[in-house]
Order: sequence, then C-alpha cells, then structure tokens
Amino acid sequence: MKQDMLRTAAIAVAMIGGLSAARAQETVFYSTQLRPIEEATKVRDVLLKGIAGKVTYVVDEPPAFAVRMKAETQAGKRTVSVVGALHGELQPHVPDDLQPVDDLAAKVASLGIPENLMTLGKLGTDKQQYIPWMQATYIMVANKQALPFLPQGADVNALTYDQLLQWGKTIAEKTGQRRLGFPAGPTGLLPRFFQGYFYPSFTGGVVTPFKSADAEKGWETMKALWAVSNPNSTNYNFMNEPLLAGEVWVAWDHVARVKDALDAQPDQFVTFPAPAGPKGRGYMPVVAGLAIPKDAPNRAGAVAVIEHLTKPEVQVQTAAEVGFFPVVKAELPTNLRPGVKLLANAVAATQGAKDAVVSLLPVGLGAKGGEFNKVYNDTFQRIVLRNEPVKTVLEDQAKVLDGLMKQTNAPCWSPDKASQGACPVN
Amino acid sequence: MTSVTATPIVKPSGISVPGARRLLLWTGIIAVLAWVLLPIYFVALGAFGGRLGVFRWPKSIWPSDLSAASMLQFLNIEGVFGALMNSFIAAGFTVLFSVLLGAPAGYALARYSFKGQTAFRLLVLLTRAFPLAILALPLTVSFIRLGLYDTAFGVSLIHTVLALPFAVLVTQSLFMGIPREYEEAAWVFGCTRFQAFLRVVMPLALPGLAATAIFAFVISWNEVFAASILTVRERTLTAYLLKVLSESPLHYRFAGGFILIIPSVLFIFAVRRYLFAVWGIASK
Amino acid sequence: MPTRANWIPYALIAPSVVFLGALFIVPLVQTIWLSFSSDDGTLLGNYARMAGDLNFSVAIRNTFMLTLVVVPLQVALAIGMALMISKVGKGRDLILWVFTIPLGISDLAAGLAWLAILQNSGYLNSALYGLGLIQGQTGWLSQETPVTLFIGIVLAEVWRATAIVLVIVIAGLQLIPKEFSEAAEIFGAKPWTRFCKITLPLLKPSLQSALILRTVLAFEVFAVVYALGGTNFPVLAGEAYNWQNINQNYGVAAAYAVLIMAISIAATVFYLRVLRVRPEQLP
Repeated sequence: MKQDMLRTAAIAVAMIGGLSAARAQETVFYSTQLRPIEEATKVRDVLLKGIAGKVTYVVDEPPAFAVRMKAETQAGKRTVSVVGALHGELQPHVPDDLQPVDDLAAKVASLGIPENLMTLGKLGTDKQQYIPWMQATYIMVANKQALPFLPQGADVNALTYDQLLQWGKTIAEKTGQRRLGFPAGPTGLLPRFFQGYFYPSFTGGVVTPFKSADAEKGWETMKALWAVSNPNSTNYNFMNEPLLAGEVWVAWDHVARVKDALDAQPDQFVTFPAPAGPKGRGYMPVVAGLAIPKDAPNRAGAVAVIEHLTKPEVQVQTAAEVGFFPVVKAELPTNLRPGVKLLANAVAATQGAKDAVVSLLPVGLGAKGGEFNKVYNDTFQRIVLRNEPVKTVLEDQAKVLDGLMKQTNAPCWSPDKASQGACPVN
Repeated sequence: MTSVTATPIVKPSGISVPGARRLLLWTGIIAVLAWVLLPIYFVALGAFGGRLGVFRWPKSIWPSDLSAASMLQFLNIEGVFGALMNSFIAAGFTVLFSVLLGAPAGYALARYSFKGQTAFRLLVLLTRAFPLAILALPLTVSFIRLGLYDTAFGVSLIHTVLALPFAVLVTQSLFMGIPREYEEAAWVFGCTRFQAFLRVVMPLALPGLAATAIFAFVISWNEVFAASILTVRERTLTAYLLKVLSESPLHYRFAGGFILIIPSVLFIFAVRRYLFAVWGIASK
Repeated sequence: MPTRANWIPYALIAPSVVFLGALFIVPLVQTIWLSFSSDDGTLLGNYARMAGDLNFSVAIRNTFMLTLVVVPLQVALAIGMALMISKVGKGRDLILWVFTIPLGISDLAAGLAWLAILQNSGYLNSALYGLGLIQGQTGWLSQETPVTLFIGIVLAEVWRATAIVLVIVIAGLQLIPKEFSEAAEIFGAKPWTRFCKITLPLLKPSLQSALILRTVLAFEVFAVVYALGGTNFPVLAGEAYNWQNINQNYGVAAAYAVLIMAISIAATVFYLRVLRVRPEQLP
C-alpha cells in the first residue's frame, strides 16, 4: 500500500514538474491591485492583450504578497517576473526582494511621468525601484437623497469639516438614522483618512503635530462626527455596499472602493473632494508601481509588460476600464462610463482645490508601515470608540510613534517640515 | 422499538411512538431542517438576485427577477477549469493521504496502550491548535526548497496536515467501537493479525473511513489559505475564486459562495448512502 | 488486553509522525523561535507587546466567552439531532444529509449567509418589519449593541460547525449495542434514565473526541467573527492574523499563535483527564 502511495506521489511530482518546465517562458505578473473579479478579468482580456508571449496575471491580497516576496527570496527561487503593487506595499521589499529598474526609467522618460512620482519610485534609495503604474486617491460620495439636508450656503465641492458635521446632524435629526459612513472595518482604509486627510486638515502635518493642541481639537470633532455616523461603520471595509444599501448617505473612501456603487447607480450619487479643516484641505494621492523582483525568471518579459502598461493608450484604457488614472501624460477621453466620470470629476476637483494640502505617502518606514497605521487606528479606537481622554491617549500613542520614527530613522515627508534624521514628534 | 438510543432501525420505526411524541419529534426535525437550510437558501437568493437584488429593502423571502448572469460570468473566467482540476487533484491526494496515514494511527490509539500515546495525540491536535496562517513564511520557504511550491500536490500535503486530526480521531473512536473479541476470534481461526484486520475489522470500519474521507475532501476543498500562499499559477478553485471574491461586488460574492458550496454538498450526498447504509452492523 | 508485540503501535503511528515532523513541526519550531526574538533584543519583547496591546484582554475575554457558550451548545444540539434521527424510519438518509450540509460550507459562505440575515437591510429585519415589530432598519451587529452582536456570532458558529460534532456523535451512537437499552427498558427504566445511565456514558469516547476538536477549533475561530463583527469583536486568532497581515509584525503574530496553542493544549489535557476513557468501559 505504501509503495503504491510513493509511486503515485512520484508520478504526480514528475507530472507537475514537467508542466512547470513547459511553462518556463511565460511571464508571471503578480499584483495586489485590480483584484476584484470584474477588474482582474479586464486586465487579462483587455489591458494585457498585445504583448508578445504569454503573460499570466495572478492577484493576491497584500499580506500574501508580502509573504511570497520574502519567501521566494529566502528560498532563492523566483517564479514571479513582474509585480504590481502600491507604493506602501513595495516599500518593505527594498533592497532584499526587488532589483533596480534604472534602465526602464530611462526608457519611459519620454512619457511625461511627473518628476515627483518618479522620485517616490526610488523609495528613498538612489536607484529606481519601481516605475509608476497608475494613480488614484480618496473621495467623498453622497447619495442624492442627502443633498436637501446640506447646511445653508454649503457647497459640496468646498465642504468643511464643520459643515460635514452639521450635515450629518441634520440628516440624523430629520431621518432618524445616522448616515455618515467611514471604512473602519478590519481591512478598511480608515488609517489613511487620519494620515492623509484628518491630520493635514486640522494640524498641517502628520507626524510632528501628532499630539498638538490642534490635534486635540480635531479629535473632538472626530468624536462628534462619529456620533452622527452609522454605528455599523466598524464593520465596513468597502463603502460600496453600505452606499448601495442606502445604509450610508455620505461616505469617504478610496476611489476603487466606491466605484461599484457609482457604476451600478451613477444617477443616485454625487462625488466631491474631502472636507477642509482649519489648516486646509488635506488629500493623499495613491500610487501603484510596477517592479521587477530580484532574480526574476523572465526579465525580458517583465520589461515588455511594464513598457506595455505605461503606453499612453493603455493608460487611458486602464482609466476607462478600471477607474485608475494615468501617471503618464495622456488625455482622458470624454466618453467615459458615467461611474468612472463621477470618479474623475471628484479627483480633478480634489487636485485642483485652492486650499489643497498634499500629504505624500510615507517613505522610509520600511517594514514598519503596518505599525505606523496601527498608531492612528489605536488612537481612533481609544479616543472615539472607547471614549478615553483625548490628551492621555495622544500622549501614549505619541510615544509609540516617536519610537517607530527613531527605530526606522525615517525623515519627515510632506506636509510635515523636512527634518534632519528621524521625523520628530513634538 | 421505542428505545431512546440510536438502535439500528432497519424497518420503519415509530409505529409504536405515541402520536403526541411523534408530532413533537417531527416538529423538532422540521425546525432543525429549516435552521440548516434557510441560510443556504438566502445565499442562493443573493447569487441569483442580480446586482441590485442584494441591496433591496425590505427583502422578500421569495425569489424575484432571477438572473444567472453573475453565475455565468463566474464560470467564464479564464483559468476556472484548470483551477477546478487542481482542486480535484489536491482533494484527491488529501483523501488518500489522510486515510492512509490517519487510519493506522487511529487503530494504534484504539487498540494499544503505549508510551507516548498522549504525546502523539497532542502532536496530531497541535496541527489544529496553531493558526496555520502564522506559519505562512517558513512553510512557503520550505516548499520552494523541496520543489513542491506551486503544485496541487504540495497543497494536498498541507491539507493532509489539516485533515489528519479528524482522520485520527474519527478512526480511533471507530476502532474502539469494534469489539476486539472479533479480531481475537479471527486469530483463533488461524488468521494473521493483518488478515484479521482486513477481513473482520475493515468491513466494519468502512463507513467510518468514508466519514474520514468526507472530512478530508471537504477540508481540502474549502481551504483557502495554504492553497493561495503555496501556489502562484496552480491555484485551486477555492483559492482562485475566493482571493478575488473577497473584494468583488456583493452579488458576485454570493454567486461564488454558492458555486463553492455545491461540490462539497454533492460530495456529501454521493457518499451519504455508503456512509449510513452499513448503519448498525457493528452493534449486533 | 494490551498485546506483547510492542513495536506494532509505533510502526502504525510512524508514518504520521514523520509526515507531521517534516511538514508541520519544522515550521512550527521556526515560528516559536521567532516569537522569542523581538526587535528590541529581549526574549519576551514580543509577548510584552502582545500583552500591552489594547485589544489583548478583550480578545482573551471574547474568545473564552465564545468557546464556553458555543461548544456546549453544539454538543447538546448534536446529541439532540442524533437522537431525533435515530427515531426516524423513512427519509432518514435525506434528513441526515441535510443536517450534515454545513460541513461543506466555507467560512466565507457562512459569513455571507449570516450577514445577509443579520445586517441592517437583512432578512431578519425584513421579517420583523413585515410583522410590524420594528419601525425601520435596526442594527444588531454594531459596537453599540454588544449583546446582539455576541448572539449573532454564536448563532453563526453553531450553524456552521455543529455538523462535525453530529457526525462524531452519530458514529458513536451506532456503536452502542441496543441490548443494553432494551434490557434497561425491561427493568422499567424511563427514557431519560436510560439516556443518562446508558447512552451518555457509552458515548464518552466520542464526546471526548468531539469536545477536543471543537474546543481547539473554537480557539482559532475568526473568519465568521470578522465577517459579522468587524473590529467590534476581537478574538485571539484574529489578532494574530492582524499582527501578521495588517501590522506586518511577524514576531508579535507568532507570540499570539503560541498563546493560542498553549491554551488549546491546556484544554485538551483537561478533557483527556476529565473524560478519561478506560479500555474496560468499552463495549
């Protein structure tokens, strides 16, 4: 019996080994972006068409991505030739798991990728680590039913946090339901709200003024906002569903996470930039990049994929098909789908806002990016959900944040003032 | 035949169960049936209800404007067939290995008392007591080194680790229930230990082994974590779909959830007769 | 009667030991090692961070509460279901099949199903609204309704994982010789007495297996809990998962995993002691 088993096993291994040998020339494109079924299908059927050779598009959630990149490096055998991931997801893999792509940077130089994006792609080193692929940001979405309750004189495109609070209060009073919504679930992007929107708007910084008096005031506003937000917010990972279900009327989230709602019912929703606070209208761009892992089995194939995806016409196609916007110089067509058009309008309004305070993505945190997010999440949990005193919590968490900064020696990034050495927490 | 215990009932029973108790019995059974089936029915409604059906309020418990669009799109995704094959390969090997490894161990635990018995039990249980997801990194590294990475066969090995506690525990209680006098009688009639096992114990144990196989199949079929972390191209269907599913629109998630329920439910249905046809042989 | 051929049991367990050693123990040891090597260079640094985390005590409390409520409920329900099935003649196969269907349902599907029932615009609210019991959508799963959230999670877990216990109990029940019960009946024992004095004691080996498995699995639960409770109901396995995947600190995640393993081993040893099965008690 045991011999049979061994024989079967041997046959199986041989069979499978043969299969993978036959596929040696394909290019495995491994991505944390464009995972949902409809989008992954579009990548396979539309965006990757026209590349010579077989490209296999595989997606994974960011945690699995991180594990696989590390494991393949540790074991010294690479299956993946090209990866697509967010700036923050690529950051922990420098320098161990990625190879510099300076040759490609030269090749795409003529495409008009903005200088600051290319700099982000160096991830704090002096070599190009990834080529920018697509960009996105976070926007507000409101159900049209909520518009009659807007405070007197408020313009959704130039909303302030005070007006948002008033809006939420009026909705709660008039409809009996708390209908603001935040993605505060386990995989929701709420930490990004604090880092890119809330802190810049209220304090003009992210790290340095973490426990300032301005921050304290901001957190009091956050508590008030929460009091008129749907209590189910701690279950929301994506705002699509509560928006479509009518549970939430006014929401903040990543464009990719509200796109389905807008696509399904473009007439039902309006989109607009996030609100402004005393220090301006904080906003955070999102950049996804394409990189080549160390010892990629098919570097030529990887280069072909990157060159193809950064072509202006493919970039435009990407915007039209999946709602991520070009990094290269390209005109978006006017006949976009209504849902994508709603996204594009809000993104344009955000970028064009006069009082915009751009918050860059953190650079230099390395593997500590997750714990950096945790600082903001924990602060929220303790102040807003557990009702602990604001000052004490900020003091506590500031220590954790300071420790992280010192440990990674990460210098300040915009909108914090540039620093020599680790970014200080004052 | 009014016994309360699960005596083998070959002919229809309940004749002597008084009317009131019979009513109570059937009320109970129908309540449990509804309890099990209703949530599945709701998943099916979501799967066929179309894009906006899942957001309707108040919801009707009757199906309305059914559409198979999301189900069909699912089956059209590139690579579904290959993934399905991988699922069967992985589940097949898992069934094979967990029975081959688990049954002897279960027999040893049931029939012998030996030093290290408790340690072995604990070892087997450990695989279930430790969150496997935390082992992702070291596991992946060793799989790459062993050349098992990105193969359905490799996935089945980890699934066997997960299924083994069930296999050992189920077979152990199974063999404990088969009186050892049967075997001893066989020895008296000149059978070797192995023959006695094959001719006397095995037939009695088959239904229980079928249960072990079901567990193994279902565990492998539904397992996502190992299947997605240890493969890149050779994903099993569950890993292939669930990975993209968790962030897809709600109606797709219902469709995917429903599609993945079907095979395991059918599998349980297929072996059900076999599983319970031999009901009662052991309790003569 | 234990036999003299002492090598036999070892030969029987050897394949599984080798198998588990290669595929499980090696990475396990590496992970335990990882849990004791922290950033700050101290032996217990990761454990200190774990214990100092804001969710730690909540997660411990929630996990134990859930286990203590769910496991006994499942065992009681499974015994009830098994006894009911044993009294059915025609259609038993079909009923049994339906009862065991949840075995084949993944965490994702189970979470989806119960979310479809319990969420604001779900079937429960629709039914209550239809009956005129509530005015509009009512939340059951938020941080502000911890009791109904807990009940919801318990219901989903009982629904999802009772079938495993049922199969083990049925396998055990069918091995009990009917003569025992018939003899007791002749002597005039009431059904309840027969159940307590005969069925339950003879079911002990099966119950022990079922309890151990279910308890160990209950300490690892998190997929359904997170589907229903989001961040409102932290549990140990979920925290381990978050530390590894969201916070990207593998050391603290390993510490959580080691803690879960320690608790599970303690529970297993407890059951093995309390529900000791002696060979002479077997039929």
